[in-house]
Amino acid sequence: MDLAKVIVIIVYLAVVALLGVIGWRRTKNAQDFMLAGRKTHPVVMALSYGATFISTSAIVGFGGQAGYFGMSLLWLTFLNIFLGIFIAFVFFGRRTRHIGHNLDAHTFPEFLGKRFDSKFIQKFAGIVIFIFMPVYTAAVMMGVASILNAGLALGDYNVALLISAVIVAAYVIFGGMKGVMYTDAFQGSLMLVGMIALIVIVYSELGGIIPAHQALTDLIKNPDAAAQTAQLKFASGFTGWTSMPEIFSVNWMTVVTSIVAGVGIGVLAQPQLAVRFMTVKSDRELNRAVPIGGVFILLMTGVAFVVGALSNVLFFNAKGKISLAAAGKIDDIIPTFLNTFTQPWFVTIFMVVLLAAGMSTMSSQFHVMGTAAGRDIIGSSKRSGKNSLLAARIGTLIAIVITILLSYLLPNVWNGAIAIATGLFFGLCGAAFLPMYFGALYSKKMTKAAAVSGMVSGAGASLIWMLLFHTKEASVFGLVSAITGGASQTLIANPIVQTLDPLFIGLPVSIIVTVLVQVFSRKKLPQQLIEQSFDGVGKPA
Amino acid sequence: MNREGDLMLGLGDLSIFLAYVLCIASALLCVVYGVINWNKGAETEVELKKDIGWEEKDKEIKEDLDV
Repeated sequence: MDLAKVIVIIVYLAVVALLGVIGWRRTKNAQDFMLAGRKTHPVVMALSYGATFISTSAIVGFGGQAGYFGMSLLWLTFLNIFLGIFIAFVFFGRRTRHIGHNLDAHTFPEFLGKRFDSKFIQKFAGIVIFIFMPVYTAAVMMGVASILNAGLALGDYNVALLISAVIVAAYVIFGGMKGVMYTDAFQGSLMLVGMIALIVIVYSELGGIIPAHQALTDLIKNPDAAAQTAQLKFASGFTGWTSMPEIFSVNWMTVVTSIVAGVGIGVLAQPQLAVRFMTVKSDRELNRAVPIGGVFILLMTGVAFVVGALSNVLFFNAKGKISLAAAGKIDDIIPTFLNTFTQPWFVTIFMVVLLAAGMSTMSSQFHVMGTAAGRDIIGSSKRSGKNSLLAARIGTLIAIVITILLSYLLPNVWNGAIAIATGLFFGLCGAAFLPMYFGALYSKKMTKAAAVSGMVSGAGASLIWMLLFHTKEASVFGLVSAITGGASQTLIANPIVQTLDPLFIGLPVSIIVTVLVQVFSRKKLPQQLIEQSFDGVGKPA
Repeated sequence: MNREGDLMLGLGDLSIFLAYVLCIASALLCVVYGVINWNKGAETEVELKKDIGWEEKDKEIKEDLDV
């Protein structure tokens, strides 16, 4: 069986390498490298968007969270589909494509910078991406490395880390956006097949959809199961796996503000996703990508959350233990579940699915960081051709080296890094970029001063909240703990404050500051820029 | 299994039932939207002209690269 595993992984890696080579052969200039020549096929675009959106952590990390919190996480799936796909493509995507096209923008920071005629915005956004994204990427990379380590029986996490980094690095640096999108589409297809098989297996194992749900609903009434939730110190307010937690309890605050709203809203201003809108030729491609994207996300996070929650019934029936008791850790719920309840061949296939999920997200992150460094921070936007292409490739290389170093160091200092790092980046992007991004698309009157102050205050407020008030990050950074001599980890010892997601502070601050500065700032953007930006925007398709 | 459970797909709480249904409904919304607009929004002539401009620029860059 181990030989089969090795063969399956090698075949997978060979196909990825081949697609990378095709991308490389078709990359001739900076525009190809950054935006895939702006001629991407809608299916490739949608699968790539979906595969970038959903990383290993969405399946394993958040699937495990569903094993703990239950199906209330399905609200996140709803937001992912409705906001992350429908609203994102229909109301953000089309305008991003038009305006990006009109301004000849190649990256998300360049889009914002050119739209508001501000080099500062471009550089600031580039720096935020370049500093904070490696933590998120490292989180994904650690997941990929441990899967590869287990699958190829390497016995050395660091070797696995190096192999996965070299493969992804090669196709991002040489293949650029084309390499990234081709491999993403292949990886997205693999993820689809794996998740469909998984949901069919689980529902049929439990006798159908309604009996499966009913069994999970009844599980909390079992005194044994209820005793285990108490023993494992489930956060207060837990009422079962198919009901919402008690309002304003710690459990509710985590599910609603952090997991559902924090990740669900933050997705609208993700640079690695927004840039994809600029890779297609016309609105038609975006329209065609919507159904593929919607179904894709339903089958990814929807399936992961339902399976994660239902794993409680399977574990309890087989071993008399709820999922967390059986697996030991939240992150181990999905892997333990697969090993216990599915056939060995399926575990092998699923391992490749998880590898694909991780690598596809990672490649897009490298690409965004590389172009942020190469074009937004160092490069001048006037420069085109050879220099720009070279700068983006060197930027990508630097981003990869930083990420490898972080992935090497983080497991030693940061337990549970994956979910925290993902939330951190999503929250920060949402607070810093969302009001300005919305204004860039829908307001002809928004001033440069309003955009700049909204971005800086949003980023600042969320960082301060993370450092001083929000337990999840504050306990890791340890600033308050250092000041108070270890007496407390956060400034205010109130459970609602400690669990309130940074996005709920950063985004309102950013919106209020943007609106206030807008009211008082007199200097408008040049009329010519507005006309150029909105040329052809909003006309019926 | 009681009737109420059947009505809510066996889920214990109306808001979870709602989330479950909304997930599927929003995916269907995406599908319906895509089908209705499948052929809409093709490249306009203005955009085509812009694209031609780009391709010319691309050619220049390509020549740069060949040097």
